[in-house]
Amino acid sequence: MSDSQAAAPASVSDLATGLRRAGYLPGESTALVAYLATKLGKPVLVEGPAGVGKTELAKALARYLGRELVRLQCYEGLDEAKALYEWNYRKQLLRIQAEASGTGWDAVQEDIFGEEFLLARPLMSAIASPEPVVLLIDEIDKTDQEFEAMLLEVLSDFQISIPELGLVASRTHPIVLLTSNNSRELTEALKRRCLYLWLDYPDLEHELEIVRLHTPELGETIARRLVEVIHMVRELDLKKPPSIAESIDWARSLLLLGVEEIDADTFTETMSVIVKHRADMDVVADRVGLKLRAPADVA
Amino acid sequence: MSPELPAPRANEPSGMAARILEFGEELRREGVAVGTSELLDAFEVIGEISWGAQDDFREALAATLAKSQDDRRVFALVFERFFFRAVEIAAAREGVREDGEAALAELSGEELEALREQIAAALRDGAEGTMRDLARMAIAAFARRQEGSGVIGVDVQRIRRALGLRAEPQPDLPAEDPRRDGLPRDALRRFEALLRRELERAQIERTGSLPPARPLGELDRALPSGPLADLAAVHRVVAQLRRRLATQGLQARGHRRHAHVDVRRTMRASLQTGGVPVVLKFRPRRPRRPEIYVLCDVSTSVTSASVFFLSVLHALHDTFRKMRSFVFIERISEVTDVFEHERNFKVVSERISSDAGVADISGYTDYGRVWSEFLAQVEDDLHPRATVIVLGDARTNGRDPRADVFAQIAARAGRTFWLNPEPRLYWNYGDSVIAAYEQYCTAFECWTTAQLEEFVRALTRPAASAAR
Repeated sequence: MSDSQAAAPASVSDLATGLRRAGYLPGESTALVAYLATKLGKPVLVEGPAGVGKTELAKALARYLGRELVRLQCYEGLDEAKALYEWNYRKQLLRIQAEASGTGWDAVQEDIFGEEFLLARPLMSAIASPEPVVLLIDEIDKTDQEFEAMLLEVLSDFQISIPELGLVASRTHPIVLLTSNNSRELTEALKRRCLYLWLDYPDLEHELEIVRLHTPELGETIARRLVEVIHMVRELDLKKPPSIAESIDWARSLLLLGVEEIDADTFTETMSVIVKHRADMDVVADRVGLKLRAPADVA
Repeated sequence: MSPELPAPRANEPSGMAARILEFGEELRREGVAVGTSELLDAFEVIGEISWGAQDDFREALAATLAKSQDDRRVFALVFERFFFRAVEIAAAREGVREDGEAALAELSGEELEALREQIAAALRDGAEGTMRDLARMAIAAFARRQEGSGVIGVDVQRIRRALGLRAEPQPDLPAEDPRRDGLPRDALRRFEALLRRELERAQIERTGSLPPARPLGELDRALPSGPLADLAAVHRVVAQLRRRLATQGLQARGHRRHAHVDVRRTMRASLQTGGVPVVLKFRPRRPRRPEIYVLCDVSTSVTSASVFFLSVLHALHDTFRKMRSFVFIERISEVTDVFEHERNFKVVSERISSDAGVADISGYTDYGRVWSEFLAQVEDDLHPRATVIVLGDARTNGRDPRADVFAQIAARAGRTFWLNPEPRLYWNYGDSVIAAYEQYCTAFECWTTAQLEEFVRALTRPAASAAR
């Protein structure tokens, strides 16, 4: 705990450099909101298109602050038993059988609803952890509204009530990040409790920096060309525009192939790394492939 | 502030808290839901950041007050307007003047040309800081040439034209001119905004008073309505909508309590308990997906909207069990097949415009004929569980609306909706006869994404309860 206290950022730029060292290049507002989150202890709702580094932000924060990352991946039908806690039913059963004779019901009942028989799920373990953690609730928009309502107690008071045990309050203050792809409008009540951060595709220079950070071996000029092409592709009307993760993948594959220059041929060959839809591939090959060819002919 | 509140930031300008409250009030007026808890957060947040950095200040406020992308956009506009006005009124009261203007001497023709190039270069490079200075120089230069019309919007366009700033390439210019390949549209828009601001500032300085605050135009945040250029934006909205529809269906399923006992399964389960039906088995309830008939106007008066509608149609096709789509202008044509076999939206819209054959001679919508043809085609299929949706502006071009036929359709179908791409303000003016139809159906105005969502909600929710 004293570790993380020491690492707590003193200013926005502190946190920005810290994140950089953890391998994440934050945009201006990203660093600011993350800083406010550590200061105020408020959860942050991060929204944006897929693959702009929402999840990565949480991981980098955890690395930077030296905290453990507790991750709750949301999906349709996620319920309290999977997110909060569950009674270890088999163990309880064994216990009852072991004590079948002799002890009275009351004694057994006292016994089997103890912490020993509790299976802590992500939210529970984040709250009960003796060390402060970073809690990532990923893709909250995939759950049902009922689940959101359940989160409210956790997010505003950092406590969970278990009928048989009582209240489990957090000993330390976790940093909470919720991510959403905006596939469903979240409830006002949840939004109200969070700071809001909108992550978008980065601009050219910023993305270049990110690509260079992840593939330092790739030459400066080809990296710039790569990012330019990615931006060109994003301009088109695609089902799934390439994300940052995909530009990094592309950079890596170009590196593996030992490509020196992105021309029309290498582009058509490696396009599948960044474009993942049949219809999109046609559009991209049509538009970008041609553009790449044209300047080569002129020169 | 009330006296019992602690004053932790005594050294701050006392007006700041009030400013933030006013700002919150202004956001509420523009339709952003700002709660008290959010304002409290905002106060807390601005205690944590340095005041000097305007970007930090704005971002921090945005993080606490504007909690969706739409709200963000409104926030940016309101922030700009609010603090600009706040600063200007304070300056006017104190008698502070920007004295940059006096330093600018009369510009000769060559200097003007140099200014042109400078501005064009700044726009191309997207240099925000220089752009502001250049905007002021441009205004000063043109004010001296007595070209101000007094109307800010007109002046902005005049200056832009005089500088020869255009987004399209201008091949007749020399090769080194940055304007030759056309300027980036965003930068151009930003420059215009700067011009507008500087002109407003000058006006406020001249008159010493603020012009009345203008509420944000609904258009600032309306549906992107331009044809193909904004199709990508429309698609994003529609994709979102589709996902939302999918989850809403599930939700409705979860809420419903099972009511019908499945006798066979109950008896079978009772074997375990020696024939006593201890556990009741219920019949699973499957939501009946409604059958939908969509009629979409594709005439020229609704061109921009029909592109949007068609893509909505396209999205809806996957969601409902049975859906038949028709397009019409003077006649009606069924396009269900086109949608079913073709996944690519562009191909769909091309095929509709080429093959459907809905225009006859005049190219004007003939609702009366459309209703009769529609009724003739689907009369036997319409039943109380069917939903009919009409997308159109109800402008008959003076022809007979034949509301009686429409009434027959509405009577046969379970529900009838009308989506009108015109703002409610224009309804029943000119040749719009929506009132004649509105008595038989539920009419929605639908020209922003929010309105569209409202409609989708209406469409999906009662459908679930109707199937109960």
